[in-house]
Amino acid sequence: MKVTLFVTCVVDIFETDIGKATVELLERLGCEIDFPKKQVCCGQPFHAAGYVERSKPMMKDMIETFENSEVVVTPSGSCALMFKKYPEILANEPNWAKRATTLAQKTYELTDFIVNVLKTENVGAKLNGVATYHTSCQMTRLLGVKDSPSKLLSNVEGLQMKPLPYRYNCCGFGGTFATKMAEISEQMVDEKVNSVIETNADILIAAEGGCMMNIAGRMQRRNVPIKVMHIAEVLNSH
Amino acid sequence: MPIKISNNRFKDIVHSNLQDQFMRSSMSGAQDGLRLSRLKIINELGDWEEWRSHGEEIRKHVLENLDYYLNELSDNVEKLGGYVYFAETAEEANRYIEDVARKKKAKKVVKSKSMVTEEIGLNKHLEAIGIEVVETDLAEVILQMDNNDPPSHIITPALHKSKEDIRKIFMEKLNYTKTSDPTELARHVRETKRDDFFTADIGITGCNFAIAESGSVGIVTNEGNDRLTTTIPKTQITVMGMERIVPTFEEFEVLVTLLIRSAIGQNITSYVSVLSGPKRMEDVDGPEEFHLVIVDNGRSKILGTEFQSILHCIRCAACINVCPVYRHIGGQAYNSIYPGPIGIVLSPLLGGYDDFKDLPYASSLCGACSQACPVKIPLHQLIHKQRQVLVEELDEVPIQEEVLYKTFGLGGASNVLYTTSTKMISSLMKTFIKDKKYISKGFGPIKEWTSNRDFPIPKSERFRDWFENRERRIKE
Repeated sequence: MKVTLFVTCVVDIFETDIGKATVELLERLGCEIDFPKKQVCCGQPFHAAGYVERSKPMMKDMIETFENSEVVVTPSGSCALMFKKYPEILANEPNWAKRATTLAQKTYELTDFIVNVLKTENVGAKLNGVATYHTSCQMTRLLGVKDSPSKLLSNVEGLQMKPLPYRYNCCGFGGTFATKMAEISEQMVDEKVNSVIETNADILIAAEGGCMMNIAGRMQRRNVPIKVMHIAEVLNSH
Repeated sequence: MPIKISNNRFKDIVHSNLQDQFMRSSMSGAQDGLRLSRLKIINELGDWEEWRSHGEEIRKHVLENLDYYLNELSDNVEKLGGYVYFAETAEEANRYIEDVARKKKAKKVVKSKSMVTEEIGLNKHLEAIGIEVVETDLAEVILQMDNNDPPSHIITPALHKSKEDIRKIFMEKLNYTKTSDPTELARHVRETKRDDFFTADIGITGCNFAIAESGSVGIVTNEGNDRLTTTIPKTQITVMGMERIVPTFEEFEVLVTLLIRSAIGQNITSYVSVLSGPKRMEDVDGPEEFHLVIVDNGRSKILGTEFQSILHCIRCAACINVCPVYRHIGGQAYNSIYPGPIGIVLSPLLGGYDDFKDLPYASSLCGACSQACPVKIPLHQLIHKQRQVLVEELDEVPIQEEVLYKTFGLGGASNVLYTTSTKMISSLMKTFIKDKKYISKGFGPIKEWTSNRDFPIPKSERFRDWFENRERRIKE
């Protein structure tokens, strides 16, 4: 299957390993990866901050970028969700809304794509360790990808999964929230870090680059020696 | 504006609230307890999502036909011998209630818990003309005794008070001499307040839902103080927000179920009172005179706008009880009588943007509120819409943000600019490197971030570079 990768700007700039793991993993699962270089940011940070009009040109760029793709896969629930919001955001421009709907319908978050399109729950990954999984709000609650990550992780050989207390509470990233309301965000991420510590896991797995930057950044500041991995990196371990 | 509870700045209140360990532990403790009991009780119904959709449907229908139902309600209240007054503003509502009190030569008023009277500042208004106002809901009594401390929650307004705090307040104001045992504290209030019901000239209540078909007002409580308030005094005044209405008893039953289960995780409250007009000839008790004050106070301005669904709110506080931001900063930080997600959306609409322009940013848009709302108000989307109003309509944007977003907005829209700016950021940031992986002291947009978290260094080889090189290697 030919898969077009939407890597996200966070991964492109800061977390390239997630992108590499995504490519290698999908190739191992028999996909052919295409990466249109025209892709930049989906507009989420601007849109979320209230700059809706200003983010529209970026959205249109992205619609054009992926126009000829068969399926679009991204290692980020919130960016996949952003694509799915395009039709509504561009509703008063019927032509763009229509093209946005086409993009929304063929866009998948990585784990959702593996489980529900490739129909694979065991990717043959091996990783020794004790881990816990952070459910990102946008991906779980708003995009509705709930079970795919745990299905995939439960089949990773050597990996022992521990439930994360208070998994339903936001880690405090929230895009611009983390900088605009840094003091509140700090308390939220601290509570999350404490929950992670409580599990005695040595690896924290997440499926969202933003949450990872946030939690890893706080753990780094607090000198908490827990490794943070994206689920693509875990599934690409063998 | 009585919606606003202090003149302090949002960030200052947040900062001081975050130091208040007791308040924070009671907020998180309450959230944890309520979350579990709510989930247990809603799952008992088996098809909660259908209940929610039904609730949403009812609220949507009522708000789309509000004029019709308000007319029906008011006709039916008058048929029962009650008086109806439509108050466009808080002042009008207060003045009407004052007139009734003056006509009755009232010296004392007992009140059961009501958010809308809080919103219009009724107590202060009546006290200013020499009327004694006695709150009878236990939490409201505590706040009233504590020099009218504002509420921190819409269902449990004294959530931020410890047993010891309450004991001190009672010792000072109610001659209390016993321990901080809740049973003893509550008993003392019962004993000291009981008489007020018998000596009050007027009983004032809020209204959870008025029932249009019968001209009734429905009130739910766990303490029964609403019963005493509406049974003993000769005059009853019920104050309601204009949107708190249902067509028939059938919808009343659905919404009460949704309200109570979502609010406190019970299947029913101890008291569900449905009161229709003044006392009739054959009734043994009840008020001789009944007034219904229907308050607009900015609500009609919301009708027909993209915020209309906020008027669907049934004031259950489920959104507050799951909000991770509220969990840490507490209710009073919102500087409004309406805290949490509902407060973020509603406070600027009713109280103006000037006083509440920070609120829409006090959310990580995690969506927990929308998921918990029993009538499916898309709260996180409305919070986002509030940001859009601030940015695009009111131009309430910090200069540095404007510059940043302009630069990056361009960068995002153009691949060339994106490529050069990401390279530029990469080299700029290298100045602030700490052990080559993280930045611990950033500037500009990440300054705040690095006040408590490290920030990753942009990779020298971006993903797109790696992918391109890889393709080249494969070809070679």
